[in-house]
Amino acid sequence: MREVVAECQRPVLLYSIGKDSSVLLRLAQKAFFPGPIPFPLLHIDTGYKFKEMIEFRDRYTSELGLNLIVHTNRAALNEGANPFNWGTQRCCGALKTTALLDGLRNGGFDAAIGGARRDEERSRAKERVFSFRDQRGQWDPRNQRPELWNIFNARIHPGESLRVFPLSNWTELDVWQYIHSENIPIVPLYFAKPRLMLERGDSLLPIEQPFVPRLPGEEPKLVMCRMRSLGCSPCTGAIRSDADTIPKIIEELVTMRRSERQNRVIDHDQDGSMEIKKQEGYF
Amino acid sequence: MASTIMETSESFSEFLEKEKGKDLLRFTTAGSVDDGKSTLIGRLLYDSRSVYDDQLESVTKASAGRNAGAIDFSLLTDGLRAEREQGITIDVAYRYFATPKRKFIIADTPGHEQYTRNMVTGASTAELAIVLVDARKGVLPQSRRHSYIAGLLGIERVVVAINKMDLVGYQQSVFDAIEKEFRTILARFPHVQPYFVPVSALEGDNIVARSTKMPWFTGPSLLEHLETVPVGLRVRDAAFRFPVQRVVRPTLDFRGYAGTIVAGRVRVGDAVTILPSGRETTIASIVTFDGNVKEAETGQAVTLTLAQEIDLSRGDLIAASDKLPLKSHGVKATLVWLNEKPADLGKRYRIKHASRLDWATLRQIDFRLNVNTLDQESVSTLEMNSIAQVNLETARILCFDRYTENRVTGSFILIDPATNATVAAGMITDAFETGILAPLAGISWHVIDGALVLTSEQGFSTKPGSTDEPLSMEDPEALEALRHMLRRLGVAPFGNAGESDFEI
Repeated sequence: MREVVAECQRPVLLYSIGKDSSVLLRLAQKAFFPGPIPFPLLHIDTGYKFKEMIEFRDRYTSELGLNLIVHTNRAALNEGANPFNWGTQRCCGALKTTALLDGLRNGGFDAAIGGARRDEERSRAKERVFSFRDQRGQWDPRNQRPELWNIFNARIHPGESLRVFPLSNWTELDVWQYIHSENIPIVPLYFAKPRLMLERGDSLLPIEQPFVPRLPGEEPKLVMCRMRSLGCSPCTGAIRSDADTIPKIIEELVTMRRSERQNRVIDHDQDGSMEIKKQEGYF
Repeated sequence: MASTIMETSESFSEFLEKEKGKDLLRFTTAGSVDDGKSTLIGRLLYDSRSVYDDQLESVTKASAGRNAGAIDFSLLTDGLRAEREQGITIDVAYRYFATPKRKFIIADTPGHEQYTRNMVTGASTAELAIVLVDARKGVLPQSRRHSYIAGLLGIERVVVAINKMDLVGYQQSVFDAIEKEFRTILARFPHVQPYFVPVSALEGDNIVARSTKMPWFTGPSLLEHLETVPVGLRVRDAAFRFPVQRVVRPTLDFRGYAGTIVAGRVRVGDAVTILPSGRETTIASIVTFDGNVKEAETGQAVTLTLAQEIDLSRGDLIAASDKLPLKSHGVKATLVWLNEKPADLGKRYRIKHASRLDWATLRQIDFRLNVNTLDQESVSTLEMNSIAQVNLETARILCFDRYTENRVTGSFILIDPATNATVAAGMITDAFETGILAPLAGISWHVIDGALVLTSEQGFSTKPGSTDEPLSMEDPEALEALRHMLRRLGVAPFGNAGESDFEI
């Protein structure tokens, strides 16, 4: 983060409200102490985030006195974009990828710091810490800058940009252990409690949005559950869990047999779906 | 993941406590096409239960119709669609797993010659390298290449995994012959400590558990070795080095220097020298978000304040006064060319060394190394994947250590100013005085209070008040070089003396 601030003109931190973003904020506080965090936060709000996420975002960023910019693709929402009408690929393309590229362009940001980790998904395993994006914001995985030692090349031409991932080498377990040892605030959705869910096969579907279709006879039930990773409520399943403290979450994690993003519908809508979304500019 | 990282006997709070103290081993893997490298990594991940069920299901599904058994482990590591389609690894991929003893990061790199640059990239952050040998084929030219690159990048621990033992009937004689031949290659790299282990990645022999099929081999399995090999010791005991990333001035009465300690340790009150200016001062405080500390060590990102106000900016180096780095306008380095566009002799590139961005001119290519035969070849340019010894001249003074002594202050990258591509990676082998300054080679120099101070390799110095025998420089060429340097630096000679006091 210090390298980004030293070498880039106008950096921004992509704040997604999740646990990784909370860790990024703590690292930023540490990196620039005793000074303030020297860049604004950008949240791409699809309009379909969980209510608890937005409440947490507004409370926590104002507590820390941070400059939060929220960008939403209103035009697409007005046209009725949602994952059921448009399909997940088109919906994500409009509400996340296009919104992110527009949000970065509007702010004139040349470097976007994000919380993505290489252990999350196999195409992310190939991502650089300082990852170059061309003038259209696109990623070319076959033509990446070699990255040696901890020497980072932050040189870009006007119009080009960087995505920077300080948590590249962290694992999901590292993130939770850090949250535990540093006592970092996170969205309450990560903790188990009884929540109204639609039970469909093995999946637990949140019902925050009225357009989530119900099968005949399907009624929401109170289920003891929590979110393992956070996204848009229509596309993020909950997991059955009793873990209502961070040590219990870590304990659950070390015995877990399913991957972190398994509950993320958008990772599974085509083969190599994350790689394709990332090439187009997705976070 | 990691359901085996917790021992069954321990309580959860014991587990959390132990996790905090766990160290990290970063290793790289090198092998040729079909050596079974991806299979080996997939096997390590799978047998250490670091693969989730849903990932396994998707791989099992995709393995149908491929020729690598029920589960094609390479599919776990080849992340890009083009790689899965072509059955090859294109780029460096990073993999993460943990056992009750240690955390691991694997840099998985393709082994073909055209991917030398990827292997170099993977090796640059690794402390250990696994070199794979196909038991049926024995030692090949690429084995030499892989060993050389590991040695070049300063890796001291090399594991030679002799794979596909199942296909040679698990015979000890095959293993012994390969080990013997390989040891003659490694003799070239006296700092490398090798470990030889016979494995079958496909069958899982000697990967995690010791194989029952090779009772003649009594050493630890590959994973047991990885879990116990010592790591990270040397750099902590090296001389203190702190490249300044940022000057921190949140208020008028605070001025600190943010960076990461890349070698050694630092305590409040330590005598340090600011480079390249050569000003000496002491550490006033070590500031962190969690409060000030008395002492900090390698790997910690801290903010230092100094006893005196000194003009200091990003790119400067704070170093232990009792062991200063080298400094000069040029370096001799081993360069790995990483870009499709060949190197241009005489061209100016951007150089990034620690936190400093400068210009460097490629002055001379001493030789290119043939990575398969290790012969030195005379060339006029460098193509992608070439490894060569070169001389570079920098626009400003560079302060550095030899790569063999410090992997951070001894390494750099070159950036093409037109494309901004990272075109080369360099490992500094020595100072190189260019052109007119050549006669001053072996003499280091600092600017103190606006005046030049020279120090010979024997420690003789022109510093005012120095009690050492004075430095003598009667060679007219050296004197001319000195005048040139004084003009270039815009400073007066030693102390308050004028140019007439040149007889030293």
